[in-house]
Amino acid sequence: MAENKPITKNVDWMVVLIYMACLAIGWINIYAAVYNPEVRTSMFDLSNNAGKQLMWIGTAALLIICILVIDYKFYETFSFIIYAVVILLLVMVLFAGSNINGSRSWIKIGAFSLQPAEFSKLAVSLAISKYLSDPAISLTRKLKDYYPIIGIIALPAFLILLSNETGSMLVFASFAIVLYREGMPGFIPAIGMVMAALLIITLLFVKWYIAGTIIVIAGLVIWLMPVMTRRRGGLWATIIIAFVMIGIVFGVDFFMNNVLQKHQRGRIMVLLDPDSDPRGIGWNVIQSKIAIGSGGFTGKGFLQGTQTKFDFVPEQSTDFIFCTVGEEHGFAGTAVVVFLFIALISRLVVLAERQRSRFARVYGYCVAGIIFFHFLVNIGMTIGLMPVIGIPLPFFSYGGSSLWSFSILLFIFLKIDAQRPFTLSRG
Amino acid sequence: MLENRRFVIIGFFAIVGLIYLLRLFYLQVLDESYSIESSSNSIKRVIEIPFRGQIYDRKGKLIVYNTPVYDLLVTPYKARVDDTLRFCQVLGIERHDFDSLMAAASAYSRVKPSLFLRQLSKEDFASIQDIMVDYGGFEFAKSSLRTYTAPTLANTLGYVSEITKTQLEKQEEPYYRQSDYIGQSGIEKIYENELRGKRGTKFVMQNVAGVYKGSWKNGELDTMAVAGENLYTGIDLDVQQYADSLMVNKVGSVVAIEPKTGKIISMVSAPTYDPNILASRYFSKNFAALVRNPYKPLFNRPVMASYRPGSTFKLIQALIGLQEGVITPGSGFTHANCPMHCHNHPATGTVALGVMHSCNPYFYNVFRRLIYKNNIQNTFRASAVGLDNWHDRISKFGIGQRLGIDLPSEYKGNLPDKKYYDRFYGEYRWKFSNIYSLSIGEGELLITPLKMANVAAIIANRGYFYTPHVIHGIGDKKVINPDYLVRHETGVDAHNFEPVIEGMIGAVEGGTARRSKVEGIEIAGKTGTSQNKRGDDSSIFIAFAPVDDPKIAIAVFVEYAGAGGSAAAPIANLVIEKYLTGKVTNKALEERMLKADFMSKVVLPGQKKPIPADTTKKKPATPVKPATPVKPTAVNKPVALNR
Repeated sequence: MAENKPITKNVDWMVVLIYMACLAIGWINIYAAVYNPEVRTSMFDLSNNAGKQLMWIGTAALLIICILVIDYKFYETFSFIIYAVVILLLVMVLFAGSNINGSRSWIKIGAFSLQPAEFSKLAVSLAISKYLSDPAISLTRKLKDYYPIIGIIALPAFLILLSNETGSMLVFASFAIVLYREGMPGFIPAIGMVMAALLIITLLFVKWYIAGTIIVIAGLVIWLMPVMTRRRGGLWATIIIAFVMIGIVFGVDFFMNNVLQKHQRGRIMVLLDPDSDPRGIGWNVIQSKIAIGSGGFTGKGFLQGTQTKFDFVPEQSTDFIFCTVGEEHGFAGTAVVVFLFIALISRLVVLAERQRSRFARVYGYCVAGIIFFHFLVNIGMTIGLMPVIGIPLPFFSYGGSSLWSFSILLFIFLKIDAQRPFTLSRG
Repeated sequence: MLENRRFVIIGFFAIVGLIYLLRLFYLQVLDESYSIESSSNSIKRVIEIPFRGQIYDRKGKLIVYNTPVYDLLVTPYKARVDDTLRFCQVLGIERHDFDSLMAAASAYSRVKPSLFLRQLSKEDFASIQDIMVDYGGFEFAKSSLRTYTAPTLANTLGYVSEITKTQLEKQEEPYYRQSDYIGQSGIEKIYENELRGKRGTKFVMQNVAGVYKGSWKNGELDTMAVAGENLYTGIDLDVQQYADSLMVNKVGSVVAIEPKTGKIISMVSAPTYDPNILASRYFSKNFAALVRNPYKPLFNRPVMASYRPGSTFKLIQALIGLQEGVITPGSGFTHANCPMHCHNHPATGTVALGVMHSCNPYFYNVFRRLIYKNNIQNTFRASAVGLDNWHDRISKFGIGQRLGIDLPSEYKGNLPDKKYYDRFYGEYRWKFSNIYSLSIGEGELLITPLKMANVAAIIANRGYFYTPHVIHGIGDKKVINPDYLVRHETGVDAHNFEPVIEGMIGAVEGGTARRSKVEGIEIAGKTGTSQNKRGDDSSIFIAFAPVDDPKIAIAVFVEYAGAGGSAAAPIANLVIEKYLTGKVTNKALEERMLKADFMSKVVLPGQKKPIPADTTKKKPATPVKPATPVKPTAVNKPVALNR
């Protein structure tokens, strides 16, 4: 059999190259972020985050070799067991976890800490893929087929919520993408997005303007609608949808102004408008925007950033690493990073689509979705388009757990993909 | 079917990527405001305050210099004060002071250093420096304090203090910032631009906690601080302090001018205060006390206080009379046909004798001739024309206008003209009989001690003066304001001065000021008694010496001290002797003047005027008749009693 062929022949080198580029850029920027002009430490010094990250990269490489060596069938066969182990770890961490930055979600092993929540993404991906690999299951027709999926996601989500890691929990929203691909009706994510958009818009603008805009859009839709559609009830559907949307707008407004206490309202507002509390929660977002915005087109140059280096931006080597890229390398740097991510996830979608087994395809979409969600939220918060949710930028942010979990997640898929020529189509 | 959904998904990814790229392009390339905020964030401009210029006296002695002091700064979030009690003891503050200072600092910024205690002296600094190591978050910053060699010249020099809110808002070019120091009065105010120097700016990088992280761009944009220009005065510090000591317990002024140049030799405003008390961390407390002081020590009397010149004005009347030709040096007048009273004195057959004995009717007649010199029949019209002509003559002496000394708030004084009286009476409805009290320096005339010192300088110079000025050199090159090099002519010929000077010599040798004459120095002087409605009259004396080669012209005003010969003349002559010879021979006179207390006679606002019996009782040394006005003058003021 051709299975004896070295793995290097079949692995998708494009993804590997993007992965390595991300790691390299990330590592350099971590060094820049922690660089202190007074105490010049080397990039390889284990006492700073850059040195440690290099060690994490090294260990990740070892992990990757292991993943590539292990038989690809292992992941499908053991997916539920891996899921169970991770759930066990999540339960364990609730009782025996160390408290770091206010969340009890770390397991300490010697000098290093691991975060089981990071690995829950992998476990849930594998479990969902395994579940959906049964050809009898259809997301298009049967509602009851959704229940196990909801269960698979809800259990770790609940445990993570208990250990105060809201950010990691929100990542599970990314599975909407894979479910959509596998047949979930399009209106469900569409409604979700419209609701979220309406909520945010209501908080930011005057409600009468929004209502007016909705009416104008509804009018336009009806006017452009083919006559036949209009006669078949399209007219009424549009009017009802418009009314429901306006209802939501006023409902949210009423809830904000009459039900919530003043300080609760303030907390929500600051998520949307950081300038309303520039020294508190808004500080991160303002400083992050200043750092990125001050980069200009070409940036201030390597190690020349002042905002990130002098601690104006918090968490500059972890969640806000993108600020360092923006400040020191300017628009050129940030554009490269955005391109790398879009290229990576698009390539993953392409790879997923060419899988013969449903398990592999679902898993591929899970990986693409998770990476996309992190990209969306992390970069979105640094440029002020998303509320501040503490989740890392894959392959860039400092941190062993996240680097390991993303590497494992990605390379399991690459391993499966490399075995594709030898897999029989089942789905 | 479902395969096609991948296009939706990839499309969604692409749209998000595009939105992010556009957002990044806007943030980084289009919107400039972020890079500006970034510099204000991490690039800090550190201002280096230069030393203010120093001020020297005429012999090169320092009058004002700078002492380094230390400001204590606190960074609230770093502040570790475990033992508040000891901390307060060390700094000499109360517990509630500590709390309020700390709260104020925290309110300003938790991460940036703010002022905790200002201007600790070098000694204080040395004693607490070691102890402060125990308390984190505190640091010292060097600054400087004005220091005065001698406790004198307070009002002339003025003081420096933190810029006020209004000054900050009103400044024309935005130079000053909050908590900057600025000259608030006197020389410090007038020469602020020269004294302040040039601020240096350093750009340094700092982190979020405001901690220094090195210079920005290797300091290529930095500028050095340049110390302020030194100022050179004509003040003689020894004479100044001597004059100060003579003016203790008196309210008034001493102004001494070098006639040939217009340099101020000495300028006393009594009562005064030690300028050092306004250059300390207790500024506000001390300043408030000075403001509350009923004797108004902050009022710069030499240039701001107004008096009637009294008999000293007769000198100018005589000079104008001689110049206009209405009298000759040999003209004489008797007391006949004069509404004014006079004291008993020998006949005044010449101008010199008139001046020497300060004869009121004599100058009544001179003034009458001056006013009616024109041949207009109508006395009302004649008075109007005559007064304006007289006004123009007198103005040349600097009366009724600002001389232009380099001190703030110079008082203009008042020299009435036709318009002035027209306002009271209406045009051509007044004449000489309404205004004759001007003839002896009373009535509506108002002058300042500085103006009278200048009149003494004019007589010393026989006809001209230079604008009196404190500073005659700015900076190392000793640049002088060109205005102070302009010779102002008075339009009175030199030969007309001689009879007047002769009379002034007579006044000192055997006239109204004879008891204060100095052996060996020929002094020409004239006493004056300025009427004071509130209490005892003000004692005035103007003089210059030596007569042949005048080196000093002086005016002394002592309020509530009575006649000119009683206080002003002795003080003036002692100062003249001190200046010319460096010593004082008449120790008894000096002793008496040092001890004299006219302060107790001051009638403060709100106090009742002493009963008339006291006011009329003049100094026993100069027995005079009580003031019994025969006719009320036009402005219903009692006729002056002049000596």
